[in-house]
Amino acid sequence: MARIEPKTLRIGAGAGFQGDRIDPAVVLASQGGLDYLVLECLAERTIAAAQLRRLQEPGTGFDPLLEARMEALLPFVERSGLRIVTNMGAADPVGAGKVTIAIARRLNLRVKVAAVTGDDVLRLVKPGMTALETGRALRAHGRLVSANAYLGAEALLPALARGANVVITGRVADPSLFLAPLVHEFGWALDDWDRLARGTVVGHLLECAGQVTGGYFADPGAKDVPDLAHLGFPFADVDADGFASISKVPGTGGAVTVRTVKEQLLYEVTDPTGYVTPDVTLDLRGVRVAEVGPDRVAVGGATGRARTDTLKASVGYLAGWLGEGELTYAGANARARAALAAGVLRERLQEAVPDLELRIDHIGVDSAHKSSFGHAHDPYEVRLRVAGRADRRAVAERIGWEVEALLTNGPAGGGGLRKSVAERIGIVSTLLPRAKVAAEVTLLQSRYAAKAR
Amino acid sequence: MPRKLAELAHCRAGDKGDTLTLSLFAYRAEDYPRLVAQVTPDRVRAHLSGIVKGEVRRYELPELHALQFVCEQALAGGVTASLALDAHGKTLSYALLELELD
Repeated sequence: MARIEPKTLRIGAGAGFQGDRIDPAVVLASQGGLDYLVLECLAERTIAAAQLRRLQEPGTGFDPLLEARMEALLPFVERSGLRIVTNMGAADPVGAGKVTIAIARRLNLRVKVAAVTGDDVLRLVKPGMTALETGRALRAHGRLVSANAYLGAEALLPALARGANVVITGRVADPSLFLAPLVHEFGWALDDWDRLARGTVVGHLLECAGQVTGGYFADPGAKDVPDLAHLGFPFADVDADGFASISKVPGTGGAVTVRTVKEQLLYEVTDPTGYVTPDVTLDLRGVRVAEVGPDRVAVGGATGRARTDTLKASVGYLAGWLGEGELTYAGANARARAALAAGVLRERLQEAVPDLELRIDHIGVDSAHKSSFGHAHDPYEVRLRVAGRADRRAVAERIGWEVEALLTNGPAGGGGLRKSVAERIGIVSTLLPRAKVAAEVTLLQSRYAAKAR
Repeated sequence: MPRKLAELAHCRAGDKGDTLTLSLFAYRAEDYPRLVAQVTPDRVRAHLSGIVKGEVRRYELPELHALQFVCEQALAGGVTASLALDAHGKTLSYALLELELD
């Protein structure tokens, strides 16, 4: 089982998705005794959306919460020597670095920021290349707007070696954000597959922040989690061989148990025998977990094989427009009135737009699982939801408009209208030769920062 | 004897494009063989036939008392193409737990 050597590194997870909560990160930074705080904020679609935003309005290609997070956390970089690693650079890591320097200046803090770029591979991706998911040419999916390679831990090493205390990236594989500090601090070789595998497991467990401390887990009576309202974010104490224990700051809500850790260990893993990251091919079959203290779980036993010669790139394309509308029916015969409304809508929309791709859900009955698995179901209220995809905005808008018209032209007692229309960005993947993708580091340092008074 | 899978196991759903992962864990180690015997890929495929259109692969992870199900074509084309309310399939762990055991 895992053993903890005297020299360990403590890495915390301060965000697990773009819109994650900020307060738990502040608790970690102020009370966690961390060496590194990693903020993972970039989903597949987020970076394509950021790319579009940047095209429309230059200077907006990084994470919209960058300033809020940095204002809350930068003071701890200077105060306690904490180093921050984050992918909040999104489509513009250098721009994010400049904003971070400006915040440091305003707060009168000295920081050295490194922006890691090179993930933007739109120039390398040819429209004739094949999409992994569909087997069709990329161009067949729609107009390409972004292509970002998943960089590995290696891309962050020069930034750490040059003493940056804030490292800001664009697309980097999530666990690699955590693996990079381990490789840097412990001097692991980039072909030390078993250590890289164990470090990748640590990253994988931490990358969704609260999902390993009781978030996305609690189920009253079956899997109780104390004080979920004040859910604490996790940290790992990792030794020089990559054996680790996962824990959280005492006094915070949530729980770190064998169960929470196991659920996160397999989360989104499509092959536990060979999980490919840019750094290593990971085998989870030997992983063991054990409770070694209150809210502390030891993890070890992963093994690794050589990394692949290719890097995966996420390619974003314009995928048309989504139109939606919702309306509630309640009380006697609610389900039948909702069904009548659904039939009316279908007729009206299909007469207006014959080839419209349409989905109608009865929320409260069968919207989530297309079945209520044998429960006899006569709900007190039903929320009708209509969604459709269209190539043109005006057609997508028609969907919400017809739902709205049900208020006066549909069954009795429909209320609580919501309608929306949104542009959709599609994502497919392709593989690029690793050697073609070159990461770069831009240092933005103290000359921007205010002198200490 | 417990009848619903939910009484013996907990589950977490994850997504990668149009692929759904369902990680199933026995609450008690002694129930794991029963999960291995009864929660087969074919049964999962049949149980989720309204949702999963492609292949279901199962990995056994005895150290963790876990089964990992990887379900293809399970998310109505993935987040982009899907018109579903829960395009990521986050709620589908509880669909699996509705499975009735023998």
